[in-house]
Amino acid sequence: MDSLLVNFFNLGILQQAWPYLLKGLGMTVLLCVVVIPLGVAGGLAVAIASRAPARWMRWAVIAYVDFFRAFPPLVLLMFIAFGLPFLGLDLPAFAAVALAFLLNTSSYYGEIFRAGIESIPRGQFEAARSLGLSATQYMTRVILPQAVKNVLPDLIGNTLEVVKLTSIASVVALPELLYAARQAQAVTYNATPIIAAGIIYLVCLWPLVRLLSRFEHKQLAMR
Amino acid sequence: MSKFAETFLNWQVMAQYLPKIVEGFFVTIQLALAVVVTGIACGLLLAVVRAARVRVVNFFIIVFVDAFRALPPLVVIILFYFALPTVGIRMSGFVATWLALSLVLTAYAEEIFWAGLLAVPKGQWEAARAIGLEFFQALRFVVLPQAVRITIPPLTNRTIAITKNTALGAVVAVGEILYQAQGAYSFSYNPSPLTLGAAAYLILFLPVVWFGRWVETRFAWKR
Repeated sequence: MDSLLVNFFNLGILQQAWPYLLKGLGMTVLLCVVVIPLGVAGGLAVAIASRAPARWMRWAVIAYVDFFRAFPPLVLLMFIAFGLPFLGLDLPAFAAVALAFLLNTSSYYGEIFRAGIESIPRGQFEAARSLGLSATQYMTRVILPQAVKNVLPDLIGNTLEVVKLTSIASVVALPELLYAARQAQAVTYNATPIIAAGIIYLVCLWPLVRLLSRFEHKQLAMR
Repeated sequence: MSKFAETFLNWQVMAQYLPKIVEGFFVTIQLALAVVVTGIACGLLLAVVRAARVRVVNFFIIVFVDAFRALPPLVVIILFYFALPTVGIRMSGFVATWLALSLVLTAYAEEIFWAGLLAVPKGQWEAARAIGLEFFQALRFVVLPQAVRITIPPLTNRTIAITKNTALGAVVAVGEILYQAQGAYSFSYNPSPLTLGAAAYLILFLPVVWFGRWVETRFAWKR
């Protein structure tokens, strides 16, 4: 029990590591703020392109989505961080992470938006068109608001996954929360910083998990 | 273009490290299968236990599920591999990754199975009990078969996403595809092994992604 306290819940160590952990948390938040809107925007583009009239374009979108869904995000990140410099494209770690996340998350968000758009009855499209709305207008004013409402739990769920995924940025030495915790652990030779980082993730993400599980149950109860 | 080929598709380097990547390929498959079997079995077990509605037990199940849905898998792996040894619990990278991903999959699978059980109308339970089936008989012959059908699409998608996380094992020196590719890349200082590793992931996971797509249409609810 004593060894547990000394190694996992050591207040002295926590006090030392706290400023680094906070800085790491700041970087994680910054990463989320950049990566989530990028992924959502990319996903919308993917979803809209998947309804293009040209068949080759629809196929290209399916290929893009399947390709990046089959790739583990960490593999993609490694490829971008270590492979691209050989082509003279030496991205800073943050940009490499952002690019990897854009490619990965836009295909997931894209699938969700596509399912949302497909859930809208045909009559809505026809009615919107017959009212004389332009393509952009009927998408943004009629279809998307209903589509987003239908897939809101999936959108929140995917966003939760994206937030958790930012921890892989530690592998390419981007100083986010997990990286800061591991550095602090290496310096102090004590596991407290990692435990603290875990608790920080829990505290930040637990409300989202609760919200999600309420949504899921409500959705199933309506069937 | 030739520079690109020489950098990313260097046949000489690829031929040299192909055996390593193939070795990693089988480690990835082993790890993934172990995680899927453990995670789904434990998830189903927990959901069945939860169906018995013992308040204290369910409280702990909910806490467990929420925690492993909120924690990033990489944080759990690092906790097991780097933090637990400081209190005398040592495990190999393979075991740490297997255990961490299995716990995460257990949490998600429990939630999905539980939602599926709830989605079966209460009348089904009551009718099953009314014709003289015991609790476990009602569960086994009436409720579970209906619940499983509802849960298959989300469970498939979640399982695929979690098996891709086997790549995280590279961080704790599990000799799977990414680890082998990374090692070969640092030895040869050429990213061709990374290309090879990426190809190995595509060979492994593209069919899985397609299977997921097929499952989604096969079990789709008729509207």
